[in-house]
Formats: sequence, C-alpha cells, structure tokens
Amino acid sequence: MTYFLPSHEYARIEDNLAYIGISKFAAEQLGNVVYVDMPEVDDEVVAGEEFGAIESVKAASDLFSPVSGTVVEINEELLDNPKLVNEDPEKHWIIKVEMRDPSELEKLLSPEAYAKVCEAEKH
Amino acid sequence: MNRNLYDKLIFDHSHPGRKGYDLPRYDWPEAMSKLPSELMRSEAPQLPEVDEPTVVRHYTNQSTNNFGVDTGFYPLGSCTMKYNPKLNDKLAANDTIARLHPRQPEDTVQGALEIYWNLQRVLSEIGGMAEFTLNPFAGAHGELTGLLVIKAYHESRADFARTKVIVPDSAHGTNPASAHVAGYEVVEVKSLPDGTVDVDDLCSKLGPDIAAVMMTNPNTVGMFEKNIPVISKLVHEAGALLYYDGANLNPMLGIARPGDMGFDVMHINLHKTFSTPHGGGGPGAGPVGVRAGLEQFLPNPKVYKKEDGTFGVNDFSDSALGRISSWLGNYTVLIRALAYIMTLGAEGIAEVGPLATLNANYIMNALKDKYLLPIPGPCKHEFVFDGLIDKSTGITTLNIAKRLLDLGFHAPTIYFPLLFHESLMIEPTETESRETLDTFIDAMRTIAREAAENPEIVKNAPHNTPARHPDDTEAALHPVVTYSQYLEKFKSE
Amino acid sequence: MPHRYFPHTPDDIALMLKSCGASELDDLFCDIPAELRLKGGYRLPGAMSEPEVKAEFDKAFSKCTPLACFAGAGAYNHYTPEVIPALTSRSEFLTAYTPYQPEISQGTLQYIFEYQSMISRLTGLNVTNASMYDGATATAEAMIMALNATRKKRRILISSTVNPEVAAVVNTYAHYQNIPVEVIPQKDGVTDRAELEMMLGAGDVAGVIVSSPNYYGILEDYTGFAEKIHEKKALFIINSPAIALGVIKSQGEWGADIAVGDAQSLGMPLNYGGPYLGYMSCTNALMRKLPGRIVGATTDADGQRVFVLTLQAREQHIRREKATSNICSNQGLMTLHAAIYMSLMGTKGLEEVNRLSCNAAHYLAEKLEETGKVRLSHPAQPYLNEFKVTVKDPLTTTVLLEALKNEGILGGVAVDENEMIVSCTELTTPQLIDKYVTTVKSL
Repeated sequence: MTYFLPSHEYARIEDNLAYIGISKFAAEQLGNVVYVDMPEVDDEVVAGEEFGAIESVKAASDLFSPVSGTVVEINEELLDNPKLVNEDPEKHWIIKVEMRDPSELEKLLSPEAYAKVCEAEKH
Repeated sequence: MNRNLYDKLIFDHSHPGRKGYDLPRYDWPEAMSKLPSELMRSEAPQLPEVDEPTVVRHYTNQSTNNFGVDTGFYPLGSCTMKYNPKLNDKLAANDTIARLHPRQPEDTVQGALEIYWNLQRVLSEIGGMAEFTLNPFAGAHGELTGLLVIKAYHESRADFARTKVIVPDSAHGTNPASAHVAGYEVVEVKSLPDGTVDVDDLCSKLGPDIAAVMMTNPNTVGMFEKNIPVISKLVHEAGALLYYDGANLNPMLGIARPGDMGFDVMHINLHKTFSTPHGGGGPGAGPVGVRAGLEQFLPNPKVYKKEDGTFGVNDFSDSALGRISSWLGNYTVLIRALAYIMTLGAEGIAEVGPLATLNANYIMNALKDKYLLPIPGPCKHEFVFDGLIDKSTGITTLNIAKRLLDLGFHAPTIYFPLLFHESLMIEPTETESRETLDTFIDAMRTIAREAAENPEIVKNAPHNTPARHPDDTEAALHPVVTYSQYLEKFKSE
Repeated sequence: MPHRYFPHTPDDIALMLKSCGASELDDLFCDIPAELRLKGGYRLPGAMSEPEVKAEFDKAFSKCTPLACFAGAGAYNHYTPEVIPALTSRSEFLTAYTPYQPEISQGTLQYIFEYQSMISRLTGLNVTNASMYDGATATAEAMIMALNATRKKRRILISSTVNPEVAAVVNTYAHYQNIPVEVIPQKDGVTDRAELEMMLGAGDVAGVIVSSPNYYGILEDYTGFAEKIHEKKALFIINSPAIALGVIKSQGEWGADIAVGDAQSLGMPLNYGGPYLGYMSCTNALMRKLPGRIVGATTDADGQRVFVLTLQAREQHIRREKATSNICSNQGLMTLHAAIYMSLMGTKGLEEVNRLSCNAAHYLAEKLEETGKVRLSHPAQPYLNEFKVTVKDPLTTTVLLEALKNEGILGGVAVDENEMIVSCTELTTPQLIDKYVTTVKSL
C-alpha cells in the first residue's frame, strides 16, 4: 500500500517498514536531480517534519517524512547516482523507516486523493 | 575565446624557478626557521610559479572573455547597471587612503571620517531618513543589518513576541533569506494581478507576532505601490516597522523619498543607484538608513561629528545592535558614491529617476506588440515581459536571453520575479542613449521574428560568444571546483 | 544641456515621450500620490565639475596622515604589486555583474575558479567559495554552517584568543538567532585546552572557533583538538589571515572542517578598513552546506571546457528563506586581486613575505625588550609577524602610542593601558625600527 503527503513524498508500506521517496510528479517538476541530502541510519524522523533535501540544477526542496520512526537504511545508490530518482522515483526510494505509529498512515493521502493534488498544481 | 593560445589556467603557466615578485632584501637575523616545526606547514602550498609578463597576459586575455557596462548595454532587471564614472575610480584609488590603517587615531584620519559623514548626510537627505550607517558590505548585508535594527528596537521595548517578518511573493530572494538569517520566520503576502501587494491579504497577516514588513517600491514588476500610505498606516498600527529594500531606488530619485512614504528602515545599494562598479560581483555597499528614533540601534562603529566640528568614531555604543563588520565597511566604495552625488548635484540626482523611467517605458512600448506584457504600464525603472506573445514557437525566455548574447547585449534578468512562468525583466537605466535603446529594440524584434521563422537559431543560441551553453547538470552532479579536480577530469581524458 | 552622464537631449526626450503616449516626464509618475512626491528638490549642493570634485576630495585627503604602520590586529600593511591595480581596473572586469551568463563571463568565472583553487591549496581544504565580505563575517557564516551541518546541536564555543572584532560580529549574528556562544578561557595567551575539553563534555556543541595566529600573534598548537572536537560530532573552525598560510600549518593539516579568515593580507591596500576579502573553505563532506557562490568546471555545447556558477540550489535566489545564507554577490573583484597576488608571489613569494615579516617582528621585539620599557607578554609562546607587549610602569600604552604618533608611527593596537599588539611586514624597514626603538627608549 502506498500513501502520499501533499508535499509529494510517498511512503510505501511493507509490514512495519515505510519506504520513503518522492512521487513521479515531483521528480518531473524538479528536473534533473543532482543531489539527495539524506539523514543517517538510526536517526529519528517525525511525521510532517523535514528529513533531508533534494536538489536539481535550478531548484531544491526539503523532504518531509510521511511517518515517524527510525531510519533503518538509506538508499546509498542515490549518493553516487541521484539521477535514478528521475528514472524511476517509485523504485528508487530514499530512506527506509521503521514506523513507530502505523496509525499515522490514516492522516496521509490515498493515491487517488494525491492525484487530485497534482492535477490542481498543474494549473 | 582565442583558445589555441590562451586557453590555459594560471597553473598551466607554472614553471619551477620563475617568479613574478620582487621584495626588499633586509638582513634581519633569521627567526622564522626557528619556529617549532609542528606549527608550520609540512609541505609547501603549491601555488603557481609564473613570471610577471605571463601573469599580465593571462589575466588580460581573460578580461576579453568578459562583458561589462563599458562593453555594452546591460539591461539586467533589478541590478541597475548604469555607467560607472571614471573620476570615481580615480578618487577611490587615492594613495593616502590606501595607506590608512583602520586603527589609526581619529586625529590622523579626519578627512576620511569627513567623507564618511558627508555621505551619511546626503544619503539621509535622499532617503528621507534621520541617519545612516555605511558599514554593511552589500545589499543583502544591508538587509540583514536593517532587520537587526528592527529586532534591536523591539527588544529594547521588551517585545519578544514579534518573531515573524512579512515579505511579498514578488520580493527579491534576498529578503526572505535575510529575514531567516536575522532569526525571523517568513510570512508571504500575495500580489494582486497588477503586481502590487494585496492589502487585504496583508491585513489578515498583521498582528502582534509581526516584527516588520519588507517591501521594495517600485516593486519587482516595476509598479509603484500606490497603496503605500495605507500599508504604512496598517503596519504601524500593528506595532510593526516598515522596511524598504533599496534595490529599486533608482526611479525614485527626484520623485519620492522612502522616508516620506512611511518607511522606518531602508538600505541602499550604492553599486546600483549610486553608480559604483559591480566588479563582477562586488565589492558593493549596502548602507542602512533609519527614521528619527531608531538611530541608536545602528551598528558599531559609528562616525559622528563633535561640537568642535571634528569627527570621531564610536566603537562601543551599548544601544547599538552590535557589530556587523570589523571596520567602516567597503570604504573606497563610499568614496565613489559620494563623488557621484557631488558630480550630479541636487539637480542631476533629480533627473536620474525620470530619465531611467523614460528609458524603460520607451523599450516597453516598442516591444509590447511582440512580447507579453502581463501588467500594463506605465512602468517605473523596469518592467517584466512574460515571454513572447506567440507561445506556439516553443521559444522560452532562456532562449531569448541567450540569443541576445549573440546580438551583442547582456541578457535581462530571467525567471524572476516568480509571479510569471517566463519572466524577462528589463531595466535600461538613465545612462543609455536613445540609439542604444533602438538597437536593443531591433534585436528583440529580430528574435521575435526568428522565433517564428527560424526557431532553431534561437533555441541553440548563443552561437558566437566566447563560450557556448554549458552543461549545468554535469557541473552540479560531479562538481569540479579546484584545479586539482580539474586535472583529474579534463587532463586524464 | 544635459549632464555628461546622461545622453538625453531635449529632442530625444520629446520623441521618446511621444512614443510612450506621454507629453511630459511627470506623466510617467501619475500613479504616485501627490502627497508622496518630493517637493522643492533635494537640499543638496549643486552639480560640480570634474576638477571641482577632485579639489574637494583632495582637501579631504589632505586631512589624513598615513602613519608608518606597525598595527595589525586583522589588517596588515603588505605591498601591492603594481600589476594588480593595472589588471583589476580593466573595465571588462570592473564593470561586469555577477557572472550569471557564463557564455560572456568566462573571464570572471575563470579567475574565481583559479582563486578557489589557490585558496584551497593554502587552507588544505578541498572546497572554497567565491568569497565572503571579510574575515569576521566569514567566521559568523562558518558558525551558522556548523549549526546547519550538525542539525540539532545548538552551542558554539569560541576561543577568547580570537580577534575581538571578529568575535563581536560572531556574537551579533548569534544573538539574533538565539545561538548560545560561549567563550573558551585562555592561559598564557593561548586557548585553554582543559577548559575546552570540559565545555565539549557538557555536550550539544555544534562548532568550535579558534584562530592562528591568534589575536596576540601567537601560533597556537592545536594538536589533538580535531580528535576531541570530532569525538563530540562538532565541527572545528580555524580563522587565519591568508598570507600566514603560506608557511604555518594549514587548517586542513590541523584537521579542521572549515577554514575562514581575511585575505586582506594578500597585498590588499589598507584603505581605511575596506574593501577586504573573506575566504572560506571546507571539507568535501560539507560542500553543499557552504554559503556563497561556487564556480565549477564543465563542458559547453561544443565540448569545450567552460566555467559556471554551480551548486546554486543552496542559494537565496532559489531557496529564499531556506537558503544556507543570505549572501549573494560580495567581494568579486577582490578575489581577482587575491588570484593575481598569489599568481605573482607563488609559493616562494609567500614564504619570503612571511620570512621578512617574521624576522622583522622578532628583531623589533628583541630591541624593544632591550629598552627596558616593555616586555613580551607571553615570552614562551611562538609568534610569526605579530606579538603582544606589556609596557612597564609607569609607562602606559596611551603615552607610548602618542609618542610614536608624533614621530609618524602607528606603533600598534592597544589592548588596554598596559598591553598592545605590534606587527611587522616585509615593508618594515630597519630605519623605521630604529626610529620606533629610539622613541620608546626616550620615554
């Protein structure tokens, strides 16, 4: 199951783990990604709070965590090859988080609700 | 670029045994080699070893790959690229000033302090302010200093609840960044379709948590904020102060003064309005002015006039916001600005605003049948096109900017303000002749025609500049920021 | 007749107004409320001709007396080779804007790249930005960078041996951002290592700021500092005047994360305090937290090597209130000055400048002690070209500096009535030292 924040991060849930990345829409808007600033393993992230940043040549935006918990893995591939985010943002998640409170998922957007957010931003 | 002969970095010219310096030869007893070796470098810093003629030729050739105001028309919006008078450079290079250490006693630097004090006075008159500090090094540094004046003012009244600063969505990027560095949260206020601040939106955001409202007037789309008297009243009733970003002061010369508009604190970019050269990105100066009642918060050190007519430096005022520079700012830049003001005099200064505004309106009117003018004039010193009217060509603002380089002009400011997708912001300044403007207008019309008839030539521009379009993505992906990295990347291939 | 800076004849104005649909210049300002308009013109003197302006400035300049300079404390009297003003005054450099259009700004971009490379070689840290305003603001920016890089940590420690003007600027920036800055005590003129360890031990430290040579000219020994600081995941920041880095252990060699300082010492005229130049370098790991402009090399559409402003996503025009700093263009032309200076001097030139300065300073210190009027305040501490002396009772620094001033000498920078800091450079002559010493002896 995948959930979204209106700020374009997704959380793909597998058991108690959340794979967090940015949406396809966000990746397209950013253009060529040149850098992903990530937390370290064992860092705590908090739902709705910043955990890193993503940069293209002409833009940069902070990354917000959809869920609270502990970072158990970061996607190190992105350190050397940040362009992977453009190729397939859903495959190339940024951090993997062990969730503290799965009930937080209820506050996130469904794929359908998120699609409406994107539609609205296009105009 | 003449790449065959001169496409080298200074390091490439280095040969062991060459030197470009000559120093006095004094027979002092040797002391340096007796210093503890663990405090000294273990290996030499590997600077280039080059003879003097080679250094001169190297940098002279680099200069020919550059474009300055003396080279050609520079219609860079919000940057006020006017002519930089040569007299001012000559005065700034004065040998007496060059040899003054900033810690020389007051009685040995009276003339230097008098120059500083005189510039404080004339800027106060032009800004409609009570007092100025000339210490800030640049516009952004002035913004920060001005916001710290505001913070010191609120602190002096034990009002610690004001944690936010309101900034219009059309503001220069430095405004929110400066507010952040000053420790404020930023609240954005919307613009109306005519580019001016939405007073209703502003009203809804004012409150006991707002320390200041930052505005530039005319704003970044070149419109005068005509509601400024109402805005000033609302802001002050809410207990906040009104900050004037002086980046767009040029068209106001001879027309209106920020102090009379109700602004409490302002900065001036001497490198814009008062013609000091931009130097490829500094040194500039960002003096900050305040209305009566706020003078005591200006930073240390402060220059003042004593009762006997001599001048002094106060380094230790307790009411001051603190210190934002080691000394009295970019001093020789101040000399240039004062010389400019003295040369123009009261009557000349008053002509700057009207002529700069005339030049901008002249270009705007001559091009608005080809380029999309989202906010109809009359504009002030600058205006914004939202790309070409004909969007079917696929030609973007970036393409237009690059094609202008081919045609001998610097590009306007592009993709700013953020209000429009294809912003192209043009500011001609008062020192450009009608003939120059006509040539620019012709070039812009040529590009509009090419966009329709031969779009490829515009899309692939520039064609005949010293360098062509660079690969920005590669630069950011794999940064090469020193010669050592450069050798690895370019010489190993 | 129009002013010589304005090309507009009355005919031009009439013609241009007509094409704008206006009949007079005032029509262009019809949107400005009448009560806001400037009335009666500026209360300023009238226009002056070029010779008149020059004469006025000459009058002001004649009211200044440059003294033979033994003052340092952040600004040093080094020689400016004539090549530098000749090249930096070329108007292609002088009248250009920040290099936003790389295709027609390769001149500016290349000298900034060369400057970055040379400063990195001096500091021993890989990444250098395209300049800061001065050494003091660069140090304040380093503090903010340390806070950004260590995220949740809050405290900043600064040594009491750092130049007080630099510390004052750091404190101003910190005060308004509610950053707690704590001062590390000193012992015999150097940072107290035991105190530093205790302060680090209390935790929550984002950065530690020290200097070398410090305010008193002393070369501090930072052996072991980096390890202690990094153990606590704090950043190590060392402020040094650029020229000294030609010979003293560099920030990189000490294991520092950020190197800052003033580059005025690279032959920039004293100019009564400015323009000078702040430099700032950092480790690769911190590159994207570095404030200011950075120039990088890449290729253009023809595959040729070119230079561009890069990593711009950090900056204020993109990040607005989330930028690492509000700094944008700052001391551009001074980086050209520094690049040319370093190109001319090279490794050996910097070494010779430092040797002459250091040897002169030690000679002066010895001769001053021989007068019996002053003594070195920290005789056990090594120094390069600057040293602190304590004047012996009943002499005061005020009396001593006044006597030297009457001989045309700026004898140093007083710390208080008893202590002052004296500095020498390659421009210090034996004759000047004789005069200095004779004057002191006579008191």
